[in-house]
Amino acid sequence: MKKLLQLFVAFARVGVMTFGGGYAMIPMLEREVVEKRGWSSSEEIMDYYAVGQCTPGVIAVNTATFVGYSQAGVPGGIFATLGIIFPSLVIICVIAGILTNFADIPAVKSAFAGVRVCVCVLIFNAVAKLWKGAIKDKAALLLCLVVFVLSVFLDLSPVVYVVFCAAAGILFTQLGVRGK
Amino acid sequence: MMLYLRLFFEFFKTGLFAVGGGMATLPFLYDISDKTGWFSHAQLADMIAVSESTPGPIGVNMATYVGFTTGGVPGALVATLGLVTPSVIVILIIARVLQSFRQNKYVDAAFYGLRPCSVGLIAAAGILVVRIALFRFDLFSRTGRLLDVFNFKAIVLAAALIVLTRWVKTTKGLHPILFILASAAVGIAFRF
Repeated sequence: MKKLLQLFVAFARVGVMTFGGGYAMIPMLEREVVEKRGWSSSEEIMDYYAVGQCTPGVIAVNTATFVGYSQAGVPGGIFATLGIIFPSLVIICVIAGILTNFADIPAVKSAFAGVRVCVCVLIFNAVAKLWKGAIKDKAALLLCLVVFVLSVFLDLSPVVYVVFCAAAGILFTQLGVRGK
Repeated sequence: MMLYLRLFFEFFKTGLFAVGGGMATLPFLYDISDKTGWFSHAQLADMIAVSESTPGPIGVNMATYVGFTTGGVPGALVATLGLVTPSVIVILIIARVLQSFRQNKYVDAAFYGLRPCSVGLIAAAGILVVRIALFRFDLFSRTGRLLDVFNFKAIVLAAALIVLTRWVKTTKGLHPILFILASAAVGIAFRF
């Protein structure tokens, strides 16, 4: 029980100290999980991270589940995950509650109109960063463009594209189109 | 009660199919917005900004925000638990067979296809934000003047932000929260 509580607290700390998730989380994980507690080695963290990126869901949550499971089995995985989502739940509920009350003030509206422009640029930068790791040959470029164009013009669930692309990835690899 | 079940189900689906981290949940959130009308595209853009500027993983923050907007504090809890449940189940299964999973050639081949898919889906979701942030199709449809399509102030700000976040050495490594705050200030100062 003490271990479960420690896992919860350690990952809540990681959650509070990380802005943005993803790679931003690595230094905090290193400090809390590797240096302070010795629960995993740096190499293990990188392995969890790599698998976390290529399994469904939020990478931070996947990594938390891995570390928790390695320390205390299934309950450990669950407590570590609850720890990492706890700060978000509290902070976002407070901010969302406040913002809802101020949303009609003209200055707040102007501020968010400016912020939306910034969000466009942040998404563009995220795409540019992911592009490097994802588009390594012509077949991948084709898949990406097909998904982009279809999802701009059609009203299909993203699930359709995900399932289709996983199948296409296996097919392309089998056909030997990959890497050309 | 139905609302909470639906919320859980929608976020469970998001958690199960969004591959590649927080931003990958974005296309799913737009899909939820279109299907249910729980929140608008403009609200979603604001939620992205708040999620980037507050502690915690972006994907979790966005789920909490959408859940709160839709069903208050219980909604926030249900949406977030829905998002993480598939992760926990999948990881607990994979943790037992970690090495063989990473080296499996079919898993590797599937992800070769999934990575470009994520890029395409996130880019398409970005287009939806661009539509409301940089263009004014509603104004254009009222006035019919072609110049009214463009939101010039916003386009200038976007160009400046791209230069600052990508090319200027002293600013490009700065945290996104600083650019978000600066954009809010510009929005107020120039009455966006």
